[in-house]
Parts: sequence; C-alpha cells; structure tokens
Amino acid sequence: MLYAVLSGFVVAALVPWLHWLFRSHIGWVLAVLPASLTVYFASMIPAVSGGEIIFQQWAWFPGMDIHLGFTLDGLSLLFALLISFIGTFVMIYAGGYLKGHPALGRFFVVMLSFMASMLGLVLSDNLIALFVFWELTSITSYLLIGFNHDNEDARKCALQGLFVSVIGGFFLLVGMMLLGIYGGTYSIAELLTDSGDWMSAAPVALIIICVLGGTFTKSAQFPFHFWLPNAMAAPTPVSAYLHSATMVKAGVYLMARLNPAFGEEMLWTLALTGFGAVTMFVGAWLSYTHTDAKKVLAYSTVMALGTLTMLIGIGTHYAMIAFSAFLLGHSLYKGALFMIAGAIDHEAGTKDLSRLGGLRKLMPWTAAAALVAALSLAGVPPLFGFIGKELMLEAALSAGPLQALALTLAVVSAMLTAAIAAVIALKPFYGPRLDTPKKPHEAPLSMLAGPVVLAAVSLLFGLVPGLPETMLVTAAVTAVAGVPLDFYLSLWHGFNLPLLLSAVGLSGGALLFFWWDRSREPLRRLMDRLDRFAPETGYFKALDGIVWLCDWQTRLLQNGKMGNYMIVLVMTTVVVVGYTLAAQHGIRFTLDWQDINFYEMAIVALLMVTAVFATTTRSRLGAVATMGVLGFMVALIFILFSAPDLGITQVLVETLTVILLVLVLFRLPGFARYSTLFEIFRDGFVAVSFGLLMTMLVLATLDARMFEPISSYFIEAAYPEALGRNIVNVILVDFRSLDTLGELFVLGIAALGVYSMLKLRAEKLND
Amino acid sequence: MTDPNKKIMKDNTVILHTAALALLPLQLLFSVFLLLRGHDEPGGGFIAGLVGAGAVVLYLFAHGVDATRRIMRFDPRDLLGIGLFLGTVSAFPALLRGEPFLSAQWWIFDLAGTEIKLSTVLVFDIGVYFAVVGTILTVVVSLTEAEE
Repeated sequence: MLYAVLSGFVVAALVPWLHWLFRSHIGWVLAVLPASLTVYFASMIPAVSGGEIIFQQWAWFPGMDIHLGFTLDGLSLLFALLISFIGTFVMIYAGGYLKGHPALGRFFVVMLSFMASMLGLVLSDNLIALFVFWELTSITSYLLIGFNHDNEDARKCALQGLFVSVIGGFFLLVGMMLLGIYGGTYSIAELLTDSGDWMSAAPVALIIICVLGGTFTKSAQFPFHFWLPNAMAAPTPVSAYLHSATMVKAGVYLMARLNPAFGEEMLWTLALTGFGAVTMFVGAWLSYTHTDAKKVLAYSTVMALGTLTMLIGIGTHYAMIAFSAFLLGHSLYKGALFMIAGAIDHEAGTKDLSRLGGLRKLMPWTAAAALVAALSLAGVPPLFGFIGKELMLEAALSAGPLQALALTLAVVSAMLTAAIAAVIALKPFYGPRLDTPKKPHEAPLSMLAGPVVLAAVSLLFGLVPGLPETMLVTAAVTAVAGVPLDFYLSLWHGFNLPLLLSAVGLSGGALLFFWWDRSREPLRRLMDRLDRFAPETGYFKALDGIVWLCDWQTRLLQNGKMGNYMIVLVMTTVVVVGYTLAAQHGIRFTLDWQDINFYEMAIVALLMVTAVFATTTRSRLGAVATMGVLGFMVALIFILFSAPDLGITQVLVETLTVILLVLVLFRLPGFARYSTLFEIFRDGFVAVSFGLLMTMLVLATLDARMFEPISSYFIEAAYPEALGRNIVNVILVDFRSLDTLGELFVLGIAALGVYSMLKLRAEKLND
Repeated sequence: MTDPNKKIMKDNTVILHTAALALLPLQLLFSVFLLLRGHDEPGGGFIAGLVGAGAVVLYLFAHGVDATRRIMRFDPRDLLGIGLFLGTVSAFPALLRGEPFLSAQWWIFDLAGTEIKLSTVLVFDIGVYFAVVGTILTVVVSLTEAEE
C-alpha cells in the first residue's frame, strides 16, 4: 500500500516529461494510474468485506512513534475506491477540459499529488502521518483553486480556502497531540480498541472541540461553509474531484473514523447532529438561491456534508448505514453533475442556469447523464440516491434529543434539493432555446466518459442494491459503528414514514421548481439584506483585524531605527539572562590575581583605553581604527593563551572588517551629534549593563563547572577518530560539520542580501 | 554622485600597484598552503579563505574593480555557489556506505613513498574556502561597484 500511495507522487514528478511526450493525450495516459489503483483496491474487496483488516507499516520517525502505517478496513476501502475510481475519470475529463492550456503539466502535477495525499489520508493509521497528508491536501487544494493565478479573484478564493482549512488544521494538530499524549500512542487502531481506558483520564471535551475545529473547517460545516463555494474559482475538474467527491469529505472521514471512540460522548453527538443539521439546511437554502451552476452544486455539496455529519452524530445503526450509503451515492452523482456543469460551461460558454435552455438536442448524451445524476440527487427511485435519502430520513427519525430539529431540517432540505436537482437537469436542456455566448455542441468523448459512467453506476447500484452492499457498504458500516451490523439495502421498504416524508420532499421540490423563475428577484434582494450577517463577513472582519494588528506591531517593533533594534535585543538579553544568572547561580565569583602576568595586564589596559577612545572620539575614521586595534588586542590574547587558529582568524577578520567599514564609511554623511543628552545616557546605560552581564557570565562559567568540559573529549578523539591534529579545524569540518555547513549557507544568504540591496539601490538611482 | 576627490582607489600609487601584482600570487599560494595543512597545523578552509579574499581585495584596492574582475574570471557569486555545492556534496558519500550523513570518509594511500590522505573532509574544507572567498568578494565588489 505504501507504493500505492507513493506512486501518485512519483508519477506527479514525471508529469513534465510525460506531458512533453504525449501532449494533448496526457489525460488519458495519466488516467492509467488511478485506474490501476482502482483495480488494486478492488482486488482487496473480497478480503475486506470478509471482515479482514489489512495493516502494513513502515518506520518513518521510529524514535517519535511516527510510522507510515496503512490500514485498509471497510471505511478506508470505500474512500480509497472513490478516490481512485472518480480520479480516473477526472484525469480523462481534465485532459479534455483544459486541452491546450499552457500550464496543463503543472495542473496534473498538483492533481496527482493531491490524489496521492488523499489516499495517504484515508489509509493512514498514524495520526501524525494522517495530519501530514491532511495538510498536503490543503496545500494542493490551494494551488488548484488558484490555478488561474493571474486572476485576482482566484488568488483570493484560494487564500481563503487555505486560511480556513489551515487554521482548522492547527486545531486538529492540537487535538491529535492530546490524543497521542493521553492515549499513549498515535496509532488510530490502538486508540480505538482501548478507548475506555484512556478516555476516563483525558480532557475529552477539549479533544473533541479541537478535532471538530479541524474537521468542520475542512468539510465546510456551518459557519465555515463559505470557503467551499468560493473554491469554485478552480477549474471544473478540480471542483468535481476535490470540492465535492474527495477532499471536503476528509473531515467527514475523520469524524467517522474516530466515531467508535467518541460516539458515546454527549458533546460529540449534539455538536455533530446540531451543526450537521444546520449546515444541511443552510447549504440547501443557499443552493436554491443561486443561479451559477457551479455555485448551486457547491452549496448542495455543503448540504450533503452537513447531512453526513448529522448522520455520524445521530449514531444509531440506521444512521451508520445511511452514512455509508449516502456517502457513496453523493460522490457518484455529485462528481457526475460537476463534470456536466463544466461541459455545459465549456461548450456553451456560460454556467448561469437562468441563461441556459433547450440544449437537449445539441448535447443528448450530456442531457441524459444529467437527468440520471439529478434524479439520484433528488432521491427518486430507482436511483441509488433514493436509498441514501430514505435511510437518512429513517435515521433522522431516531435523532434523540435533536429529533424535531433534525427531522424538520431534513425534510425542508429534501424539498430544496429536489427543486435544485430539477433545475439542474431540466433548465439547461429543455424549454425554449436561449442564446449562449458560444455555439453549443456535444462535449468530446473525454468529457463525456466521466458523467456517463458515474451516472450509470448510480443507476446500477440503485437497481441492484445488493452489489454495493456486499462489496462496500457492510464493511464500511462495521468500521464506523465499531461493531458488525446485519442489514440489507433495498429500494422498497414498504409503506412507512420515511417513504411518506420522501414523497412530501419530492412534491415540495416540484412546487419550488415551478417557482424558481419567479423567485429569483425577491430572493436576490433578501440575500443582499442578509449578507451583513453571513459568516463570511466575519471572516473579512477577522482578516482586517489581523492586518491592523500587523500594522501596529510593525510600527512598534520594525521601526527601521538600528539603535532601537539594538536596545530591544540587548536589553532583552540582559534581563532574561541576568535574571537566570542571578536566580540559578547568584552574583558571586572568585578572583585570583596571582597568575596574571604583567604583559597581560598591559594588554588589558590598552584594551580599556582604546575602548574609551572609540566611544568618545568625534572622528568616524578614528572610531573604526580603534575598533580595529581592539580586535588585534583580542587576537593577541588568543595567541598568548596558545590558540593560534583563533588568533589568526581574529586578525584576518579584523583586517577585512576594517576594509569593509572603510568602504561603507565613505558613503556616510559627515559626523555630527544627533543624540540628546538623555539618549546618550540611555545608550550608555544599555552598553554598560550588557558589558557587566557578559563579565559576570564569564566569571560565573569559570566558577561553575556543572559538566566535564567537552574540550577534553575533542582533544583525545581528534587524531584517532578524525585523523587530524588541529583540533579547531577538526571540530569545524568533522565533529560539528553540520553546524559549519549551516554557517556556510548563512554566509551565502548574507552575501546575496548585501548584493541585492546594493544592486537594487543602484538601479533605483539609475532610473 | 561620484566626486573625483572622494575616491578610495587612487590611480597613482605606484608602490601599491606593483606590490599588489607581486603579492597576489604569493598570498593565494599561501592561502592554498594554509588550506591543505589545516587539518593538522594551524590553518584550514576558513582562515585560508580569509587570506585568499584578502589577497584579491588588496589587488582590488590597487587596480580597481574592472581589472580584478578580469583576473578573477569567475563572478564572486559563482565562487560562493561552488563552495556551497562542494560543502553539500561532501556530505553524501557517507550515505553510500550506510553511515550517518556527513560522516567523514578517508582514502589513505602511498604515492611514491609519501602518504596521501584524501577525504570528504578535505572536499568540505575546500567548500568552506570557496564559500568564504565568495562571500567576502561578493560584498566587497558590490560595495566598490556601488561606489563607482
């Protein structure tokens, strides 16, 4: 399975060459990878539906209990199959949709990386590995939403999606670390099996809030739903794949995955049911109010995500079955509908549903696929969507304390969904032919394959519900519920309450559909008025707040005055280190005047004189020269204490520093006193306290030998281990060579910084 | 902005002119000597780099930027790149032998009675040398060029 996950990344790295080789057929070629992954995962179906859980593990950071462990149980298998199966058609579709786009290669690089990350996410058993894949999907999603990056809107929307999901990701990481700390392991399987033991001692409410912070943002639950419709700035294949069938379900996946542990918690049940139900309704409502085909579908995806969350929250056996069936059904029809919307946009030049009509004769295949997929969305028998909706209503009937809320919202959402399904399936294709920006014709094969196959599968699964049940749904339900359940899927459940509610939903939907044209204008005015209260307004307010905060702290800290920076840095050091020194060691030291030679005294005296001169001289050149003298004195001390390497280095560095200073000095204006008396004393105080601190520190280190100094080890080991007699050099290039390597890069960056600053200035002067 | 009276590089300092010509090869040779003996005696890539850079800077002060660029042939930034490249490359042979990244590898053999010690450490030290020379010259050259 490691190879199954990594293959996506490997092929992604090869895409530039493949693109060069196959040109416009690249979509068909790349589809081979997800297709073979589909076959691979399908070959696991017999084992997994037989109750087996396949587990493979590779050590990644063994020291930190982080492994690439991949589990394949019912839930993971369902997701893995959806990702690779829908991925196959999305690749083909994208090849047609973006035909001739100059950045097609880049598109597929990110797309395949996303697919691999998503597979990693749903297969990972280790929480940290899962988190890494989770963030990878956020980043690839960002790159794909902003694919048309010369469009400012696309950039903004991409950033919004990234912000929302990354802030959520931060919460998720905290939640996962808490899980790891209290559970004693990062393995999901182990956390779930002995959940009773560790949960009694853990801050469960906090963990749940953190985890939900991650999953709600990722799966666009209310009030974070606003980023998903904006993500429709992405090319349609991306919307079909990431923002309906796979990535946005990652949050739902994780909640389902952790459900066996938290399912009994009141907070978990209420939060999921409540937020899920509200999201379901808000999504359906907003979907009804929009006319842009992709936005309509995006909001109906929000509705579906809300439904899934609510079903996990309800937590009864029926809800679990409904969850798995609804998930499968939704991915199939929503993937198809997005591809159809893209095809219409591609061929007719607009995706505004109020401007489309009468395309049935021109695009017969698209129309047929749209009809089937929309019937599944509306939940009309004999499509698979009907089974999902029927089960959902049945589950909402048993929603515990929130039953009334869940049931009302479910029925209303069912009406709205039926209405928008009708709008999508009928508006563009039937009725009078409306003028479109482009002359429409049937979509090419590459763009038909996906919708037709996915719609056909929806129909097949609806007609033969035993097929998905035995292959996928049973095992998935077992994984979500934590215990095996006995059930069977069927179209006909007899005359019961859910069937009645279903009929109410469909007839209500029909009414709403007939009002659709007439309700546009009043709805638009209503939504404009409500805009002030939308959560997205809060998002923009928060962004403005962050910008304001940055302004304020930049003015405070980054004011561009070298002197202020120095004071802040030095005084922070003095206070923090000084406090630590006083607290840990105390102000005490022993002075031994016996061993000091007269020439050492002389050097120190010279040092002090030059230091005083350097600070008081009124000539800049004089100050530089005295600083040089100071440096040479220090070098002399090194040599006296037999450290020739340090001495030589010091001399050379001093020489070059003086040269550099002279070069810079030349460019400075004449010397003048700008400081007030107060500033002089303030700076003097800072300088003196820093000097005092360093002196105390050196004296204290001489006094307090807490450890055997490492220098004796270096002296002993230098020749036998590193074959060198110059210890300084051996330390630099062998014992601590990683540090040196780092320093080299620092040097390089500094040099390039100086270079670019000077060149930039020179260019400005030339202009 | 150039004020002819405020030039660092005077064109008529004959002694410096001539001395720099003679000193440059000597100093460079000395820097290589320091570099190669560095593992056992005082010296090493860092010190040698400073000496080497000092040699070129002296030449630059005597003859100006253009002449210096001509004799250097390389842009100082390329030297910096070479240094970083050598330093990084020297880290990898250890991986091939299954040892941790950057572990020193030695090849010691006899060449006509003299013991020759080759190692990744030496490559690393040469990298340090070039990086130091490259950094200092990049800064000095761009400062002087900004001057002119």
